[in-house]
Amino acid sequence: MNLIGEHITYKPDDQFHLNDVSFNFKKGNLYTILGRTLSGKTTFLKTIAGLLNPDSGNLSFEKKDFSKFPVWERNVAMVYQQFINYPHLNVYENIIFPLKQRKLSKDKIKADVEEALKTVGLIGFENRKIQELSGGQQQRVALARSLAKKAKILLLDEPLVNLDYKLREQLREEFKKIFSEGMSQETILIYSTTDPQEVMELNGEVIVLDEGKVLQKGPAKEIFENPLNLKVAEISNDPPMNILKGLKNSDNLNFENISIKSPKHFKNLENQNYNFGIRASEIKLDDNGEEFEIELAEISGSETLLHLKKGNSKLIALIEEVMNFKIHQKVKVIFNSNKFYAFNQSGELVSSPYGINNG
Amino acid sequence: MEKLYTFLKYTFITLWTVFIVAPFLWAVSTSFKDFQSVNSKVTYIPWLDFEPTLEGWRVLVKSPARGGVDIVEPYFNSIFVTCTASLVSIVLGTLAAYALSRFTFKAGFIRNNDITFFFISQRIMPPIVLSIPFFIFLSTIGLLDSLLGLVVVYIVLLMPIAVWIMVDFFNRVPKELDETALIDGCNPYQAFYKVVLPNSIPGLIVAGMFCIIFGWIDFFFAFILTFTEVQLLPVKVVALNSSITPWWSLSASALISVAPLIIVAFVVERYLSKGNLSGALK
Repeated sequence: MNLIGEHITYKPDDQFHLNDVSFNFKKGNLYTILGRTLSGKTTFLKTIAGLLNPDSGNLSFEKKDFSKFPVWERNVAMVYQQFINYPHLNVYENIIFPLKQRKLSKDKIKADVEEALKTVGLIGFENRKIQELSGGQQQRVALARSLAKKAKILLLDEPLVNLDYKLREQLREEFKKIFSEGMSQETILIYSTTDPQEVMELNGEVIVLDEGKVLQKGPAKEIFENPLNLKVAEISNDPPMNILKGLKNSDNLNFENISIKSPKHFKNLENQNYNFGIRASEIKLDDNGEEFEIELAEISGSETLLHLKKGNSKLIALIEEVMNFKIHQKVKVIFNSNKFYAFNQSGELVSSPYGINNG
Repeated sequence: MEKLYTFLKYTFITLWTVFIVAPFLWAVSTSFKDFQSVNSKVTYIPWLDFEPTLEGWRVLVKSPARGGVDIVEPYFNSIFVTCTASLVSIVLGTLAAYALSRFTFKAGFIRNNDITFFFISQRIMPPIVLSIPFFIFLSTIGLLDSLLGLVVVYIVLLMPIAVWIMVDFFNRVPKELDETALIDGCNPYQAFYKVVLPNSIPGLIVAGMFCIIFGWIDFFFAFILTFTEVQLLPVKVVALNSSITPWWSLSASALISVAPLIIVAFVVERYLSKGNLSGALK
């Protein structure tokens, strides 16, 4: 009784939008599709919805060939990143639209709509026009319409990306609650996003997508701890993971003009050139550290992002407090060497602080 | 600076208004004059300069047998031809535009844009190029000098306008709206008439307005394709201008022939100012 995709490929022009994508989605679970813009996330969701027909591959749901069903018979729901509602209908009419389409009884419709409105917190807005609502409220209406349908597959395509920062945080919290409490165990929920933080917070099964190809599948924790290659490390971290080319010898990791003591988990690693990765949050200000020059300092929320430079090496460090820096100011930083990743020359993970190959 | 700008703005608007309105005032005043007041000397103000008379207007509804120029029949002919042709053009043009906006067509080297261009190209040609083919076509199928023949020709002229405006309009309606309708259980036909069409009323009104205007003011084809059986209003009005021109009834008929367009303009303006034409979809 699963949603199963096998070797789905979609290539409408010179580029792959989906490249040999396979998956097995189980009911009652949350799946997140993580990928950058144009990585094929929307195509992925539209293929499941039936809005796009893949060039090859099989899609089956509940042991039936899904490709034989047109969109309007598939019983899926989708929320777009643009706030798509029916502008000619008010909030209430918007939400009952799919229910009326399915010719449900009046009482059932009323109960379902009320429940959905309550879930998204729009009680009292029934008679408002869509144009009178804020972006966040419009997106809530779209979500309510999807929830009221009680579809077996719920697709959310970057639903928060067009909202402002504060609203995004707030809705993300609410989504988590809705997904964990309000969803029936019959539903497969698929959520696409570019934001690694969202993926970690929703904590579902993750599919990392890039140029239409699945780079890695697994629980959010696994993606965070053991990104299979440099691409995944880049996509699943914001700010992106710092990658430094360096040579490992028995005691040290030697970078262009820095040398750091080799961490314990690298002890079984052959002495050769690697791409070493370290998260921005594992670089700390410390007077005993290496001197870097500040190229740019950004303050976001309660954090400060430092773009650092030494020779040709560039780094991003995430300082968890608001500090004022001048450009070209010199600062000293240390690396938490226990959190170093090592990727080989072709970009594959060979050692991680959380368990791969650290023998 | 601010004051100068305001001054220049209102000066310009005033001059422009005078420029636009003056001919109408002239026509209104002329329509109430008689032979004497037009031909003897320059007169402007009724009762002071000349004695107003309704003769110019009365002639318009009198039958030719009683010395009048009956414009009632051409008037209704024009209404019938314009409205029928506009309606058919809007219905067919909207369907065509929706298809061109949403589906991909491929036939040899022909793509969607080529088809759209084909429609619009019908309006790029000077009308005179089309006059002979139309004439031969209508005479072959026996519709020369008939209302139906005119309707057919006007559909050819008006549908490109409808297609052009509606393609542009549909292109600005997000595709995701149709897709949401499909996902919510509509088949493509239901998605069109339950979701896309209700949100296209502003576009339909603009397209309808243009069709009515272009249909109503056409003189060329109305002149070439009719003789004695059927006459349209523009032809009839121009025909008044003969060896002895009755300026008074010419003015009166000109005024009532532009009246429907003024009404259309006011209706659309009201609709525009309500803000319904923009912002319905973002």
